[in-house]
Amino acid sequence: MSAIVSGKTAATAATAAPAATAKTGTLMSGARMLLECLAREKVDCIFGYPGGVTLPFYDALYDHPIKHILVRHEQNACFAAEGYARATGKVGVCCATSGPGATNLVTGLVDAMMDSIPVVAITGQVSTKLIGSDAFQEADTFGITRSCTKHNFLVKKLSDLPQAVHEAFHIAATGRPGPVLVDIPKDVFQAQAHYAPVSAIHLPGYKIYVEGHAGQIRRAAQMIWDARRPMVYAGGGILAAGAADDLREFVERVNAPAVCTLMGLGALSSEHPNFISLPGMHGSYAANMGMTETDLIVALGVRFDDRVTGRLAAFAPHAKVIHVDIDPAEIGKNRAADVPIVGDVKRVLEKLNQTLAETAEDMKPKNAAARAAWRERIGEWRKEHPLEPESSTDQIKPQHLMAEIDRLSGGEAIVSSDVGQHQMWAAQFIRFQHPRLWINSGGLGAMGFGLPAAIGAQFARPDKLVFALVGDGGFQMSIPELATIANHALPVKIIVMNNGYLGMVRQWQELFYNNRLSAVQLDGFPDPEKLAGAYGFKGSTVENPAELRGALEAAVREPGPYLLNVRVASYENVYPMVPAGGAINEMVLGPPQPVEG
Amino acid sequence: MLQLISLLVENKPGALMRVTGVLSARGYNIESLTVARTLDPELSRMSIVVDIEPVQRGQLIKQINKLINVLQAADLTEAPAVRRELVLLRVRANMQDRAAILKEAEIFGARAVDSSVEGFALEATGDPEKLDEFIDVMKSYGEIEVTRSGLVAVSLEAKRLRLAPPIRKDLEMETETESVK
Repeated sequence: MSAIVSGKTAATAATAAPAATAKTGTLMSGARMLLECLAREKVDCIFGYPGGVTLPFYDALYDHPIKHILVRHEQNACFAAEGYARATGKVGVCCATSGPGATNLVTGLVDAMMDSIPVVAITGQVSTKLIGSDAFQEADTFGITRSCTKHNFLVKKLSDLPQAVHEAFHIAATGRPGPVLVDIPKDVFQAQAHYAPVSAIHLPGYKIYVEGHAGQIRRAAQMIWDARRPMVYAGGGILAAGAADDLREFVERVNAPAVCTLMGLGALSSEHPNFISLPGMHGSYAANMGMTETDLIVALGVRFDDRVTGRLAAFAPHAKVIHVDIDPAEIGKNRAADVPIVGDVKRVLEKLNQTLAETAEDMKPKNAAARAAWRERIGEWRKEHPLEPESSTDQIKPQHLMAEIDRLSGGEAIVSSDVGQHQMWAAQFIRFQHPRLWINSGGLGAMGFGLPAAIGAQFARPDKLVFALVGDGGFQMSIPELATIANHALPVKIIVMNNGYLGMVRQWQELFYNNRLSAVQLDGFPDPEKLAGAYGFKGSTVENPAELRGALEAAVREPGPYLLNVRVASYENVYPMVPAGGAINEMVLGPPQPVEG
Repeated sequence: MLQLISLLVENKPGALMRVTGVLSARGYNIESLTVARTLDPELSRMSIVVDIEPVQRGQLIKQINKLINVLQAADLTEAPAVRRELVLLRVRANMQDRAAILKEAEIFGARAVDSSVEGFALEATGDPEKLDEFIDVMKSYGEIEVTRSGLVAVSLEAKRLRLAPPIRKDLEMETETESVK
């Protein structure tokens, strides 16, 4: 209450009822009111970039305790807010001005939408009387961001502002999380009104089904006991629901092998004996064979993405499917579910675990032998084609780099990855013992994500070792943020996996376009020592495999930021690989072997 | 095939754009769309006819239901419902055809809503096929101009409207604001 009635005596503050009418609240500007609402939502930092119409907001921010992090491009404000949200589960907040500021947020908003990340974006808009007049820096932000947000607001009256802000946070954080944008015209920021805290919000059309259907959960339990070759397929929904412990309990109760998707890495510790790897296009042989041969997929907070399923018609042809998701539209979208359960995966797993516990005595011995044989088979597949990092004595192999990062991390560091080959190798070789350590742009695959997301993650988790693991392509999209890192002396360790190419595109050109390498060579990479030095911190290059470990350790030892440019083998490809349109058991396991003779 | 969707939406700016956005993002063409407010002025009823692959019908309803402003989305394509359309039609009529036109209109249950020396404005309601016939008949009298409302529908099944309850904001937050003074 006190923040709201600051300036009044303690006595009047005490008598102000929470349900005070508008007239009895403190008179303040819209900009100040927005800050009050953000404070009530426990926002501690905003990633943003000011401009003309947000001047009143930045003026109010000048002496407000909420921290503002000035990024160097609005897209990175949104990526940083995502990094903050992905590392914590809290709502990340970004801010941009009207017109170009707002349009620069779009890629970040789509990214948050695709990966279900809670973000609230505040944008300035031209004054209400100018809207629609092609005013300076005007863009139809409300229209442009309609399809890249979970919901958006255009606040045309100051009296609507507090309600809109609290609704935005509620929508962003609950159900299937996602980005929400609040567009605020300059005159709404400037207007004065009496502020009384919002006592309730009402979104009658926003229905969330949290509790799974009890009958369906019982059916699921029975189906699980009936399965001879069950497979757990867990994704980002486990992280969003905070259900990692429940997932581990479930996997152990059933003693089933498990895969985690690119979004779900860390949902089950990579060290867990039942964990195989990620499945799909660059999943391991064992994961993809397991998904093909299983007779029951227990799908938890996943969406049967095309990168996981490969050719849908050939995906898991023998499997029944139990599909748990909080978003009813995901169930049956790509793969029909035999037991659909709409609900919060944490609540559903709690109940499912309980049901399994109650029925274990009678049911567990059933199919026990078949299930033991299944686990053995998975083990054989793992031995047959293990995911093992290659290394060489004359070049640094990218897989070697990932193995060294893994060794330094010990499954505990935050790794914020960019998009491309390095992302896939990282997902294959870096282990994560906990949720929210692996941060990457999964659904959208937005290059330029890794570095600004690492900034957000480091602000959210100052206690953590944070790697920004980027390719030389994505890094060059985010170089401006080196200034943000330098300004705050953020101890982010920027590891550039530099192969001199847009590696993933080059890989596809090599394999599917007769090696016609079109527009993928990245010449002219800047000298990292000079580049980092220009921003006032240290950087270096390593290209000798024998020096890699020492170079990484030196980067981590450095108390401040560090830019390590790792020259790796240029023509390495990510394997296994499921060619586009292929079935996931039709993997290409490695490069074609040279013909003898 | 054509799918008939009935929506109850909040009567708010942008609500229509959100609904049509779900359709246009998937490349579905809207055959007709009507919107008007309901007995409760804060709500609108939309009737949409959209050209869609039959297997996508369920997914489309789910996607529309996800919109915050949508209170209820129902597929009335095969459900018990009354479906009607209104047509306003201007027909040029010379003096000797006028009586015949009115007689014909009567057969279709249409009525004249305007009359002048040039001709009539006629109003007809019915199912779309019947209205097609009506328009064909009127064409035979000469030049016509037609405005159709698009299909409006009312479900004949009583469907319980499930709404989310209000969420208290004061209780969960009041204690926290102390820290951000």
